[in-house]
Amino acid sequence: MNLLAMPRKLADNPKALADGLLLGDRRAAARAITLVEDGSQKGTELMKLLYPHVGRSMVIGVTGAGGSGKSSLINHIIRVFRSQGRRVGVVAVDPTSPFSGGALLGDRLRFQTHSMDEGVYIRSMASRGYLGGLARATTDVVRIIEAMGNDLVIVETLGAGQDEIDIIHVAQTCVLVLTPGMGDDIQAMKAGIMEIADLIALNKADLDGAETCLRSLEATVRYGFEEKEAAWIPRVIPTVAAGARTDDVRGIEEVAEAILAHQSYLRESRTIHEIQAKRVEQELGLVFRDEVQKAVFKGLKGTGKKRQYIRAILEGRTDPYSVVEEVLRTFLRV
Amino acid sequence: MGTEKIKVIVSKVGLDGHDRGAKVVASLLKEGGMEVVYLGMYQTPESIIKAAIDEDADVIGLSYLSGEHLVYTPKIVEEMKKNGMDDVLLVVGGSFPPEDIEVMKQMGVDEVFRGGSRIPSIVNYITENVR
Repeated sequence: MNLLAMPRKLADNPKALADGLLLGDRRAAARAITLVEDGSQKGTELMKLLYPHVGRSMVIGVTGAGGSGKSSLINHIIRVFRSQGRRVGVVAVDPTSPFSGGALLGDRLRFQTHSMDEGVYIRSMASRGYLGGLARATTDVVRIIEAMGNDLVIVETLGAGQDEIDIIHVAQTCVLVLTPGMGDDIQAMKAGIMEIADLIALNKADLDGAETCLRSLEATVRYGFEEKEAAWIPRVIPTVAAGARTDDVRGIEEVAEAILAHQSYLRESRTIHEIQAKRVEQELGLVFRDEVQKAVFKGLKGTGKKRQYIRAILEGRTDPYSVVEEVLRTFLRV
Repeated sequence: MGTEKIKVIVSKVGLDGHDRGAKVVASLLKEGGMEVVYLGMYQTPESIIKAAIDEDADVIGLSYLSGEHLVYTPKIVEEMKKNGMDDVLLVVGGSFPPEDIEVMKQMGVDEVFRGGSRIPSIVNYITENVR
């Protein structure tokens, strides 16, 4: 089937899209991603068809605060992996406005070096209200990009603070991007995002205070991991991703090398199997939650019951827990 | 879940370095509830088309200030035809002589907004005409 000759939306046939994207057709992949992003039934059908073809790519997460340089760093990392002949896919998530529901997706702008490279597929995603640093559909989007035949999928989270750590459920290797001046060693010792890094890029390492920051990060990582006799100890790599001149850019090859080293470690130690099992567990939980919610809301739709429940709770006649028990009994026959 | 959003590419083409207008429009389309992929400056017709394909965009919005609109627009229209993008809306905005509006529409541009256009008119046009 020639997808190119068809209007975009008329080609929304899960089987045709799956066949197309498995052959690497970026147009089919792009449309498939929209279907899963929109949470459509066709998207679900499509994922069923694709599932047997996924799980072979390296999935790399890049997270860190807004403005730390994640996109600029990824732009250079893509260059290194492309020079090794690997096909690269990127999913970049930016936040959705809680007020308008719109989003300004500004990551693609930083990947201009690759704007004409057929070996690079880039997709911007809005978080659409999902918490945790990603979008609800990110897992499926990663699977679609894997199924296209990309050797590597890079997932960029939205600007993450301390606890947006869902990336560990999607990526096998997590790169945390920090910059100098973001706080002292106590900040670095806190739980959450600091703990999920398989390697840390200290970006903007040409700024004042970078040296002190580097030492303190290295010390923190050492206490944390050497004490536990961990098999993998995260490296801290100073980088400069946005230099005024190309010569100013540094640390990129080291980051790419460390990513590949971590991937080899995962495969040699067979840790990769645990990670993949955890990913599936997480995915299963999410799909369950969504489908139960859908089933319940479908059952309630048009009955006016939702409003009655809300009024009853407000008037103190019942409480959310009792309502949920009742609803579940009715719709799921629990 | 189950909510479709309008996805818009906002870009400049060629060597025109005036991006203020494009940025203003991009943020106001965001306010209008759309998902806006901002490509910025120095794009080529080919790079814009590739981005629109990858992103499965519903709309391509081009911003011009330095008088290159009659040079690049036909190239973009041609690329869109070549790629079967008949169902993607092409909207142009910026500063140019009023007589060029009709010229661009003849080329295949769906709508043109000159400087001074009200933002709600742009949001409404896109919402009503997206295919």
